[in-house]
Amino acid sequence: MSADATDFEALLREALAPIDPPADLARRLEVTLVNLTELAQEELESWELSAMRDPRNWVRPAAAALLGASAGTALVLVRVRARHRARKQQTGNLLELAERTMHDIADEARRVLPGA
Amino acid sequence: MDNGLPKNKAELDARFTELYRAHLRDVYSYSYYRVGNHHDAEDLTEQTFLQAYRHFERALRESDGRPLRPWLIRIAHNLAANFYRDRSRKPETAIEDASMISAPHTTESLVEGREELASILAGVAELPDDRREALIMRFALGMDNREIARALGRTDGATKVLLHRAIRQLEEIVTETSAGDGPSADGDSK
Repeated sequence: MSADATDFEALLREALAPIDPPADLARRLEVTLVNLTELAQEELESWELSAMRDPRNWVRPAAAALLGASAGTALVLVRVRARHRARKQQTGNLLELAERTMHDIADEARRVLPGA
Repeated sequence: MDNGLPKNKAELDARFTELYRAHLRDVYSYSYYRVGNHHDAEDLTEQTFLQAYRHFERALRESDGRPLRPWLIRIAHNLAANFYRDRSRKPETAIEDASMISAPHTTESLVEGREELASILAGVAELPDDRREALIMRFALGMDNREIARALGRTDGATKVLLHRAIRQLEEIVTETSAGDGPSADGDSK
């Protein structure tokens, strides 16, 4: 390899120096990953096995099991819950609140889940 | 028999944490040089790790003990391709912040050196996608030919040729630009 080629590669290495991620990205990602593992666990643990006798109670544990399998879904839920809490404090109209929350779920799912 | 695979969910999560900590900088660097700005690079990095988390168990099983960095970068590569398709945009020149070019220079070569680096970065942005990606993997992430081949889904031989041609074309672009002719529009793209 010629000296020129070596010099050029050295410059290229310098130009494409690795970039450190912002500190808040690392923190945010860690929190998201911890949430993913804990969220599904909490949902499942909070339901007694006895409650499963009532079919009306099957929906939440099934949703929690799905969460354990899908990181993207969990992220949607975390974000929607945060917005839902914020809105709940602002509005007294339950119907409007439910409608907006459904919109949030659809928006976040489109944003986070590929092909949603 | 211990096949090195995690035995439970806690071990799996611990292994993912190791992977994440070891390669966050790689994924971020790759994303940044692909999309050209910090905001989108953060989004792409986040999506890459979320996607990786969903398929981590299977990747571990199928990796047969090989490093997972090429798999991780392949996820980022696919997401970046979707990113451009969905938003119908082309990559920006990767010099959003010139102060990033912070490699040590002697005082007299400081200005000239920075111009040269900026011109190289602009040249990288002119390259066809596969060549640009190969250069990012080699020079920003320090991946060897075999890793790059796995990330791009090519053979080792084809990757070696791809890198060689990418460097040669970039040299031509930079030379032409510095001579005042502007970048080559129909450079050797095969």
